Amino acid sequence: MKTLSLKGDAMKDMTRRDALWMTAGLLAVAVVPLPVDAADTAMEEIRQFTGGSEAAESGKISLEMPEIAENGNTVPLTVSVDSPMSGDDYVKRVMVLADANPRPGVATFHFSPKSGVAEASTRMRLARTQNVIAVAEMSDGSFHMAKATVKVTIGGCGG
Amino acid sequence: MAKSKPRVKAPKAAGKGEVITIKTLISHKMESGQRKDKQGNLIPRQIIHNFTAKFNGETVFSVDIEPAISANPYLQFKMRADEPGEFEFIWEDDDGSVYSKKQKLSVT
Amino acid sequence: MVMRTKIALLSAAAAGLVMSGYAFALPEGVDTVQVTATAKDHPLGELYSGWHFRTPETQALQQDDFENPGFLWVEQGAELWETVDGSEQKSCASCHEDAADSMATTGAQMPKWNEALGKPVNLEQQINMCRSERMGAKPWKWESSELLSMTSFVRNQSRGTPVEVQIDGPMTPWFEKGKDLYNTRVGQLDLACVNCHQNYYGQSIRADRLSQGQSNGFPTYRLKWQKIGSLHRRFKGCMDQVRAEPYKVGSDEFLALELYVNWRGQGLPVEAPAVRQ
Repeated sequence: MKTLSLKGDAMKDMTRRDALWMTAGLLAVAVVPLPVDAADTAMEEIRQFTGGSEAAESGKISLEMPEIAENGNTVPLTVSVDSPMSGDDYVKRVMVLADANPRPGVATFHFSPKSGVAEASTRMRLARTQNVIAVAEMSDGSFHMAKATVKVTIGGCGG
Repeated sequence: MAKSKPRVKAPKAAGKGEVITIKTLISHKMESGQRKDKQGNLIPRQIIHNFTAKFNGETVFSVDIEPAISANPYLQFKMRADEPGEFEFIWEDDDGSVYSKKQKLSVT
Repeated sequence: MVMRTKIALLSAAAAGLVMSGYAFALPEGVDTVQVTATAKDHPLGELYSGWHFRTPETQALQQDDFENPGFLWVEQGAELWETVDGSEQKSCASCHEDAADSMATTGAQMPKWNEALGKPVNLEQQINMCRSERMGAKPWKWESSELLSMTSFVRNQSRGTPVEVQIDGPMTPWFEKGKDLYNTRVGQLDLACVNCHQNYYGQSIRADRLSQGQSNGFPTYRLKWQKIGSLHRRFKGCMDQVRAEPYKVGSDEFLALELYVNWRGQGLPVEAPAVRQ
């Protein structure tokens, strides 16, 4: 493979064909998205969820997870949001993300004033030690966030 | 397991205004679409991608589910019992299957 | 006075629970996870269910029969129990009726000697013999959804019943063979069962806590498997991990090992379906 250098004499040595291949190469690079850090993908998903609004780590959300998971395949989680859950003041939805999974999305819980209490539990997969992030959208359009770090261990002789 | 089977644990009766807890579990392998088979080919994703709980026809709670939810998905949530009626719990599978279960609730 | 003693005993018991790390009550359906070995040549003093070594979160999954995902298999097994199959048009229930009565101790006493075969049979093998001989139905494959469901259902009927296997008479050579296998180093890592599960239980192996390798919770829902699995599958997994050539599920070797391992847990109540890491 040729080293890409557009400076000095190397440019003169370039044939027409080389230049064509190089352009094609640059185009290919342009259309294939660059690998993005998983944590960045998570941040992007949060931006999409909030529409760019600030999601404050205000203590309004609690995210209950084990500090150490015995196996990443089944990690329990409970998310709850402090809200009166009345007709004009309630939690609309809570998105849960894992920032170092192959894909950060985990689940989005949709609540209603009928929920009475904004709380949901499930069991999730964690590919490795990472942050789990919950973002809540309230009926007044504000957003709140909570984070938990979960260590994922590998058992005995590898299983 | 070959066929998905839902389980639900919800009270049959509640006091008016009481917030009740509903627990659900369904057998499903939740194939993430990230795993490879022995030949190195990607195993296509097949998950339960949505769960909806309705009460008297009205959606009270729902979940958009991603492959990061564990096999045999467990979901627990709350509802305020305002009036008597019937729950309908619905699970939607990537393969088009829909699993559902109904249960009555009396309110005193 | 009597009252005071009782209270003292109770608080001692509570302190014991705290000290041994139980964050919750016992797993549903059993009254203990720890018994004193009764056989005088038993290599262990106190016997602990694998539950004892797990984190509070994993223990919690077995705390409640609804939250325990193993019950998905128990429920399927209950349906299969009533399902007519094979040329004889029979179900399990046609002969054994209510499993709660007829199977109340069966799950705690396998493998049992089978005179006709001249060898012991375990639960999986007994179920398949019933299918082929009594029902005229095709035997189920090992680790198939059907066989796992039926073994989970039948073993669950014996939940709370102390494990008690026969090791005398014709069972003795099988017991001795199982004991040999338990103590024989195998694989590239050159490990025998005894090296970890007897000499180092309770200690860490990387981030994991070694158990005594007790079998009373099988079939077990393992988080790693994300489903329920048989004791023989677990044996195979252990052998794979010490990089040995594993025996086959249902083989005479694993049958002998099952008998010996069950004897090592003699007195521990059956917990099936347990939940483990």
